[in-house]
Amino acid sequence: MMPSLPDLSQIPPIDQRGVEERAARIQTRSLKGEGKLAALKLAVSMLDITTLEGADSPGKVRQMCMNAMRPDVRAPEIGPAAAVCVYPSMVSVARKLIDKHASTVKVASVATAFPSGQAPLALRIEDTKFAVEAGADEIDMVISRGKFLSGKFEEVFEEIVQIKEACGDAHLKVILETGELQTFDNIRIASELAMGAGADFIKTSTGKVGVNATLPNTLVMLQAIRDYYRRTGRMVGMKPAGGISKAKLALQYLIMVREILGKEWLSSDWFRFGASSLTTDLLMQLRKQSTGNYQSNCYFSKD
Amino acid sequence: MSDFSKFTDSNNDEAALENTSLVDLRERYDLYIDGGWLAPEEGEYMDTINPATGKKLAEVAVASVGDVDLAVQAARSAYEGEWGYMSGLERGKLLFRLARLIQERSREFAVLETLDGGKPIRESRDIDLPLVASHFFYHAGWADKLEFAFPGRSVRSLGVCAQVIPWNFPLLMAAWKIAPALACGNTVVLKPAETTSLSVLRLMDLFEEAGFPPGVVNIVTGAEETGKSLLNHPDVDKVAFTGSTEVGKEIQRQLAGTHKRFTLELGGKAAQIVFEDAAIDQAVEGVINGIFFNQGHVCCAGSRLLVQEGVYQEVVDKLKERMNQLVIGDPLDKNTDIGAIHSSQQLARISELVACGEAEGCELWDSGQELPKEGSWYRPTLLLDCAQSHRVVQEEIFGPVLTVQSFRTPQEAIDKANNTPYGLSGGVWTDKGAKSFSITSEIRAGVLWANTFNKLDPCSPFGGYKESGIGREGGVHGLAPYVEIGF
Amino acid sequence: MEDRSVIKKTYKLFIGGKFPRSESGRTYRLVNGEGDVICNVSQASKKDVRNAVVEGRGAAKGWGDTSAFLRSQIIYRIAEMLESRFVQFVQELTSEGVSPEVAAREVSEAIDLVVHYAGWCDKYQALFSSVNPVSSPHYNMSTQEAMGVVAVVAPEESSLLGVLSAILPVIVGGNSCVLLASYMMPVSAITLAEVVATSDVPAGVVNILTGMRSELLPVMASHMDVNALLLCSGEIEERKLARELGAENLKRVILRDDAALHQSPYHILDFQEVKTTWHPIGQ
Repeated sequence: MMPSLPDLSQIPPIDQRGVEERAARIQTRSLKGEGKLAALKLAVSMLDITTLEGADSPGKVRQMCMNAMRPDVRAPEIGPAAAVCVYPSMVSVARKLIDKHASTVKVASVATAFPSGQAPLALRIEDTKFAVEAGADEIDMVISRGKFLSGKFEEVFEEIVQIKEACGDAHLKVILETGELQTFDNIRIASELAMGAGADFIKTSTGKVGVNATLPNTLVMLQAIRDYYRRTGRMVGMKPAGGISKAKLALQYLIMVREILGKEWLSSDWFRFGASSLTTDLLMQLRKQSTGNYQSNCYFSKD
Repeated sequence: MSDFSKFTDSNNDEAALENTSLVDLRERYDLYIDGGWLAPEEGEYMDTINPATGKKLAEVAVASVGDVDLAVQAARSAYEGEWGYMSGLERGKLLFRLARLIQERSREFAVLETLDGGKPIRESRDIDLPLVASHFFYHAGWADKLEFAFPGRSVRSLGVCAQVIPWNFPLLMAAWKIAPALACGNTVVLKPAETTSLSVLRLMDLFEEAGFPPGVVNIVTGAEETGKSLLNHPDVDKVAFTGSTEVGKEIQRQLAGTHKRFTLELGGKAAQIVFEDAAIDQAVEGVINGIFFNQGHVCCAGSRLLVQEGVYQEVVDKLKERMNQLVIGDPLDKNTDIGAIHSSQQLARISELVACGEAEGCELWDSGQELPKEGSWYRPTLLLDCAQSHRVVQEEIFGPVLTVQSFRTPQEAIDKANNTPYGLSGGVWTDKGAKSFSITSEIRAGVLWANTFNKLDPCSPFGGYKESGIGREGGVHGLAPYVEIGF
Repeated sequence: MEDRSVIKKTYKLFIGGKFPRSESGRTYRLVNGEGDVICNVSQASKKDVRNAVVEGRGAAKGWGDTSAFLRSQIIYRIAEMLESRFVQFVQELTSEGVSPEVAAREVSEAIDLVVHYAGWCDKYQALFSSVNPVSSPHYNMSTQEAMGVVAVVAPEESSLLGVLSAILPVIVGGNSCVLLASYMMPVSAITLAEVVATSDVPAGVVNILTGMRSELLPVMASHMDVNALLLCSGEIEERKLARELGAENLKRVILRDDAALHQSPYHILDFQEVKTTWHPIGQ
């Protein structure tokens, strides 16, 4: 697609209380029986299992990859996860192991001076290219919140265009860092900029700030995706990240996706969870569904 | 099984059903008079059914003129006895206690309300019951502060209040009637709608448990005749009625020449005005809540949508999309958005009016969901290309049916919104603060919602202009109808 | 100076700021206690009521939207104009059989009543409005709004004071009114029309009719474009009729005794609707 700067005058305002009420109403939805089982399995398949710590080691990344490829050793039909998400320096480690197992798990890498994005554009482009060359299938970039908050929307847009170009064939997820954007209106504008610039996914957060993914933030982004799809016919994926650690909450996200975007978006091609500890809770709930017993996390591998 | 449970097209999903074992129904309910259960003197009973299944739930007594007289006498004795001498603080304490008991047994009442009335458990659980409890809490606090509600004046209670309520919010309407009446020191004889008596009758157990003296609240069940004999009883001092405008007018006529005061909460045909600058997605969601809340069986429902030209198509498309997501079915399923139509008569009226709309040239669109085979159901429906002259635009449908009209200028929207004998409520959707204040000022109605709809709160007065009624319920303004203001 | 004939006033109706005769051409003779004819008074017809309501409706919105301060200024101006005609009102009351002392007292009280109500224009709202602390994130307020057109049947047994005590709460609150004066004591009401006409009260806000209550009360009570009716009467049948006919459009029917009303802001409240508005608090 050709990048196209959205017409800012056409971006609708967002009413905070209305968004919160809609999100709250979605939380009253309840899944039971096979519907719940299917949704839990689907959630596992949508996981971007993530480690983004200074202390990350090749060993930790390799273990995480194993976990992503076969999350529950006692239930091999569950999984695999959608992707592993690591720093650029760990991409080659993950790539090697996943290729060795011929797994479908994608390798995603944060780039562009994650998490702050506070580096010159040239370095951020280099960062991106490095990750792609090391074998990343997907790039999770951060936008320049400073430029965005000072109203330099066109510059933000232009940067995303350039990073997208640097990605080549790799899919681009654009992290808006919703927790720093202050308002739902800004989240909507940032979503439009990212989609117009060519994002394959838009993503809420880095997981490194106070407020990460929330149902209301995600709702605003899903509605932006839906409107963009209505306008252009192009599907864009969604990835809430950070703060989703319980299966119940994950299912509410899926219900929201189904209600706002429809069943077409209910696959790992179009929806991901950026999470680390969510995996265990999903597996515990799945085991509970099959055995009837409430579970302990000591029966599930952490990495 | 609800559509929603088919999350992934599997046919084996379970509905998320609320547990009904909390509710143990008696086979037969007598009248509640003077603190006890009394069989109707003529021995007549009527069936109350579950509109979602069409099956009988229980039998309820039909009160005769003689039964009504006993109830009024009991209320009079209570008024002249212990209750009349009780201090405001003590009355308030009993009301506080009652509110707590309602909270404690809230789930049971929610299930009962859904069984008897057909409304979704999500609404009876999350909206009706919390509001019932908070209504009693709110008024409990007024009981010892009435002199502050009327600056410069002393007030005293009126006496015996006769109250008649409808079937759409059985327990909530009872709370709206009983709470202010008791807070102001009156006693009550209340007649619930003939199809929804169960929750109010069960509430009497809580009044006893809370320690109210006998006769302070009396319940006479029955149909129209019972209601008439109650409202026309000569020893009644105050009449409060919620129901249709037609009956409201008849009541005003019947009470003419008597000493009785009255308040009326009647019909409505509220406009929801969506401007081009509105937060469209939130407006669409609000419009959905405005019309489909409680199957549209709501007097303040936003049943007329007025959309500004520039966003007309977008709003209609998004409404359709959202309506397709609404879950119709078993009201006890926690995922149900649209429950059963309250009765076969109401269903017939909705169908008749919609057919009339089609005949008049409206384009009909409905959400197409599969409907359950038993019981009474109606799909969320849009009537597009409506004109002001259409019957469906002028008359209250009281069902899940939204008429849609477009407008160009704000003045046109205001004129259309006000072009009705009703004046209960209205809504405006715009991102511009100044505009929202000006439009809400221009609409001739008692309750205006800006960028929201169908919000209710015990401290917020509710009631209509014009043919939507006389008087307010809730808030400080809702006390006035239950007191004599001295000089 | 040469003896000259005194020019006598023709007593007419006051509709839409003009002084028409009754469209029916009818008058009735007003006679004092000694049997002398005081004047011929216009006997308004149903159509005069209809015309007055049309004028009242036309003026209601503008008057209701007029700032409270300006309404107050205009009503205070009525007091000024009344004061300047003090002697005339005393004379007219006297001609209707009131003793000069009582008449002077009544005119004084009437002027003071206007001053009192002029001050309420921008104050009753603060007394009777409320900000309601709802439990959701909304700013919720209940305010007063004028009802629109109010028909007023003045007390039969009170003249100037009766008329003013009935009209003032109506117009202070931003309504327009169509008043039917006392049948036996209409003169002060007619002269009051001249005062109103010279007080910057917009045309149509106050309309004053003279005529027979038995003929006009049913018209006022059943009129579908009248929002409220104030009936000052102790007659059970009249009160019943007002409520019965008023039901047709759920008119607010306020019943008071056959006497001047006490001054009270609660009378203003009788002709106010309470409007509750919800605005979300958020971004």
